[in-house]
Order: sequence, then structure tokens, then C-alpha cells
Amino acid sequence: MRFLFKTDYEDDIKLFPHSGYIISYGLLLALLLIAPYVLSSYLMSQLVFVCIYATVGVALLILTGFTGQASLGHAAFLAIGAYTAAYLQKYNVPFPVYFLAAGASTGIIGAMVGFPALRLTGIYLVIATISFALIVEEILARWESVTNGNEGMRVKTLSLLGVTVPRDSPTFYYLCLAVLVLTIVGTLNLLRSPTGRAFVAIRDSETAARSMGVNVALYKVKSFAISATITGFAGVLFAHKLSFISPEMFTLQLSIEFIIVILIGGTFSLHGAVLGAIFIVMIDPFLTYLKDDMPGIIAGIAATFGASPATAGNIQSNAAAFASLNGLKGAIYGIIIVLFVLFEPLGLYGRWLKIKLFFQLFPLYKRATFKRQKIYVKSERNR
Amino acid sequence: MSYFRAENLSLHFGGLKAVDAVSFAVEKGEILSIIGPNGAGKSSIFNLISRIYRPTSGRIFFEDQDITEQPPYDIAKLGIARTFQNIELFENATVLSNLLVGRHRHSTTQLWQELLFLPSVRANEKVHRRRVEQVIEFLDLEPYRDKLISGLPYGVRKVIELARALCSEPKLILLDEPSSGLNVEETDDMSFWIRDMKSELGVTVLMVEHDMSLVNRVSDRVIALNYGRVLAMGSPAEVQEHPDVVAAYLGA
Repeated sequence: MRFLFKTDYEDDIKLFPHSGYIISYGLLLALLLIAPYVLSSYLMSQLVFVCIYATVGVALLILTGFTGQASLGHAAFLAIGAYTAAYLQKYNVPFPVYFLAAGASTGIIGAMVGFPALRLTGIYLVIATISFALIVEEILARWESVTNGNEGMRVKTLSLLGVTVPRDSPTFYYLCLAVLVLTIVGTLNLLRSPTGRAFVAIRDSETAARSMGVNVALYKVKSFAISATITGFAGVLFAHKLSFISPEMFTLQLSIEFIIVILIGGTFSLHGAVLGAIFIVMIDPFLTYLKDDMPGIIAGIAATFGASPATAGNIQSNAAAFASLNGLKGAIYGIIIVLFVLFEPLGLYGRWLKIKLFFQLFPLYKRATFKRQKIYVKSERNR
Repeated sequence: MSYFRAENLSLHFGGLKAVDAVSFAVEKGEILSIIGPNGAGKSSIFNLISRIYRPTSGRIFFEDQDITEQPPYDIAKLGIARTFQNIELFENATVLSNLLVGRHRHSTTQLWQELLFLPSVRANEKVHRRRVEQVIEFLDLEPYRDKLISGLPYGVRKVIELARALCSEPKLILLDEPSSGLNVEETDDMSFWIRDMKSELGVTVLMVEHDMSLVNRVSDRVIALNYGRVLAMGSPAEVQEHPDVVAAYLGA
């Protein structure tokens, strides 16, 4: 176990508390940089989605994890970013310009969503953001002169400074990775400066934040705007990756997937966004694999336990029918959320911290270390 | 002109007069205690000053400036800090970041500078950190710097809340029952700190307190309230001997 001896105020400010962090994150970055030359094109494509989902995850963490404002409207922000890019592209606007414009337009709309959200907390805010997402979805479907309605829009191949960047090229992956890394670094910077601390203060006690001089309304709007801007950037990359966008891609299901990203990853650290993104992107192929192969495997097991071939065949077809049920994916997502909230509220990153601590303290680890105490004396009436 | 002044301050909830035409003044550099039975309106006065409640009528002046209509976050910017009766700390943050939120009124950096963490932001952070360290030293909080609030005992939280208020370098500090839930030794420490705040940091103190021994030890003047009205005002001994105060407490 390593003990940190701080000798300078700088030690409380710097991003990497000790050299171990620099080595491990450097190694991770090196691995990510050589990934295009090692991994198959399928896995590379998945990795690009991980980057995009993680970027949205970080955005949602700023709003939900650190400012405490729940949002089920992030699919709408993603859509606004994607559509802004696709629309401006029609007029041959260069990539850097429409990339920034998408972020800006989404940020402004995010701030506008933030204003009515000032008076709402908890479940009411969730409902408000869902309604916002539904409104955006409807507008995208109806405003045909701009969005081309339900037919959707083609997104041309990305062209960066005169060089075309196909959506499955290593360059596109590097672009997504760069956006993710810059987002994470920017967010970390924010969290160690007054604005980030004001966000956390609002999350934990609005009354106390206000009496410490935090303009709660302003910072909530700021949080919405920052979160939306980042999501807008991710939306541009999302549009380019899919090369075709239509309103039914940006449904409530997608917003829920983003919530799953941070719930499963862990809502208290940016690590959570990345781990959650890996989880949500990788669960899809895993579910497909289960759907295709599980019935056969179950039948095989049944046969080894002495079921007749007819019964085994029967079991196989029943399992296959079950696996292709409509809405099974949503049900599985729901079960995953419930299980995580009940048994691992700190998420995958919390689990990782527990495992790490277990080995650091080896024979002395206590399960109660992470038990949270419930405090009931809170002046809710002052809210 | 007095340093801080409340004039005919009233707070009515429908027919209930929580605070009823209360006037008092706090001189610069004094420790003024407000006492009174439960429900006398002591905390309501604090909540009026820090603008959690809007007064039904009356005005509040600080340094000859009318602050009755100021938004709540501006009250802290003017140099009025407060603690809460039931501890309002940021539970899931470390002690250090709790105290740094206390520095919020001194932050001058813009959002874009913070995103890039420019040298100016870094320099500011170091100044904040140094000021916080001075408060940590003043209140003996060294063992807890990196601890999460949610894992700390009540007595320590109480001190951290005081520390957070002091980090904002207030001119006037409102202490809402600083000794509630503390044991005898902790209350002793608290009384020393309150006196040191006055003598070393030059902070003016307005406090609500039930523990009469603490009130006697630290206060320059005492105000007794009951049913939202001022019963008596004066030195601790005078107020305790006042017939109305005796009647309010003993029901005689």
C-alpha cells in the first residue's frame, strides 16, 4: 500500500497524485493508439461507439452525477448535435465549423431546458426532460424542410482539412478518441475549480450552497449547457459513424442507455462513464450471441441429462422463440439497472475500487468500509 | 450607525407570527446571542437574514446597505456567512472540497479558464488552498482533510461547518446553535473558538444558543425572544434576571 506524503498545495491540485497514475494511464493511452493496427475492424467499430457513448456518459455525469440533476433527454441533445451537423453539411460548411456550431446550438438549447428545470427536482425533472426529448423527436419527424422527416438524412463522409476521413478509418477513431480525452481532461479541470465544486455543492445541499454564495440557478443552467454542448459534439461524431440519421434513432431507449452507462459505470467518478460505455456497447453483441447460440446449448445440456431428441428439439425451439421475443432487450436492461441499484450502487468503478482495496489491505479488508450511513437530519423544509 | 441592523422585522406564516416586529442592532466586533424557548423565532431570524425566507415586512441593513431585497447568494458575497442547526454539509465530498466551497465568494475565474485550467486558475486555487489551510489549523481539523463527510462523527461535522463559514472570510458570522449535540469538552473548544474568532479574526458574531453556560462565557450582549417578540436585551446577567425572561422559561 502506498502512502502519499503531501509537501505542497500543488499535491492537492494536480490530476495525477503519483507516478503510478502516469504510468498506467500512459500505458492505456498507448494501447488505445495502437489499437487500429491490432484489433479487427468489427472491434474497432465497437471501440468508436465506446468513445462516443463515453463522451455522452461524461456529459451526463456532469449533469446527473455531479450537479444532481437527472436527465432522460440526452438522446435529444445528441439528435440536435447530429442534425445540426447534417444540415450544415448540405451547405458545404467545413467540419471544424459545423462541429463547433453543433456544440453551440446544443448548448444553447441545453441552457433553455435548464431554465424551466430550475424549479423542478427529482422525478419531476425526469418527466420534464422526457417531455423535452419527445418534443424534439416529434419536431425532427415533422420539420421536413430541414430534417427530411422520417426519411432521415444522409451524412456525407467526413472531410477534415481537405482529407476525407471514412467512418471506419483509424483517423476517425483517433478523432473520436481525441474528443473523449479532451472532454475528460476539461471535465477534470472543471471539477477541481470553483465551478465544479459549486456543482457538487448544489447536488448535496442547495440551501448550504446558496448560503455560501453559489448562485444556484446560474450554475444549474451552466451545468445543463455544458452537458448539452458535450453531447452535441458527440452527436456530430455519432452522425458520421452511422452515416445516416433518422428520428427513430434518438428515442427514449437511447436516453435510457445513457443513464445505464453512468448507473452501471458508477455515478461518482468519470471512470464510470468509460466503464459503463464499454458495458453498454459490448452487451449488444453478447446478447446477439446468446440469442443465436443459447437455444442450441440449452438443448445440448438437456440431451446430456437424458432428454429424448424430441424433447431437446422442443426445448430448443421454445428457447429460440423466447430469445426472439419483442422487447426482451429492454427487459434485460431493466433487470440490469435494478440489480445494480440494489447490489452495487457504486457501479463497476466502485466494484473495481473495492477489489483494489481488498488486495491493498489484503488480510484486513472489511466489508463495512463502503457501507453508507443514512442521515435523517436534513432541513428539507428549507429547499 | 450600527454595523448590522434589523428594523421591525416580521415573518408571518398565515396567521402565525414567527417573527413579530423584531428590531435589534449588532455592533462591529461584538458577540451577540439570541436566546429563547423552542419556537421563539430564533432560527427564523437567521433564515430571514440569509434570505431563505422573505420577510413579511421590515428591513435589514448591513454596513449601511439595505440587504432586504438582495438574492440569497449575494448575502454571502457581502461577507455574511452562516452555519445551520441541523448541519448542511456536502455529504459526498471531502472535507477539503467542502471548505473550498466556502471560498466560492472569492472565486474570480471564468468558465473557459477553468476548462483549460490556465495558470491563473492554478494560482487562484493555491491561494484558496492556503486560506483553507489557515482555517484548518485554526480549528484543529488536520486529521480530516481528505475524509468524506459521510464518514465523520457529528461533533467533527459541526466544526467543519464552522470552518466552511470561516473559509469565506466573513465579516459577520451567524452561528445557529453551535453547541447542539456537542459534549462538554467540544462545547468548551467551541467557546474558545468563538472568542478567538472575535479577537484574532475580527469577525462579528451573531449566534442562537440554548446552552446558557456557553452564552454567558462568550456573549457581549444577549437578546431574549419569545413568540417572535423581543423580551429583553442587554448583558447576559441582565437578561437572565429579567422577569419576562424568567416567566417565559419557567412559565411563572
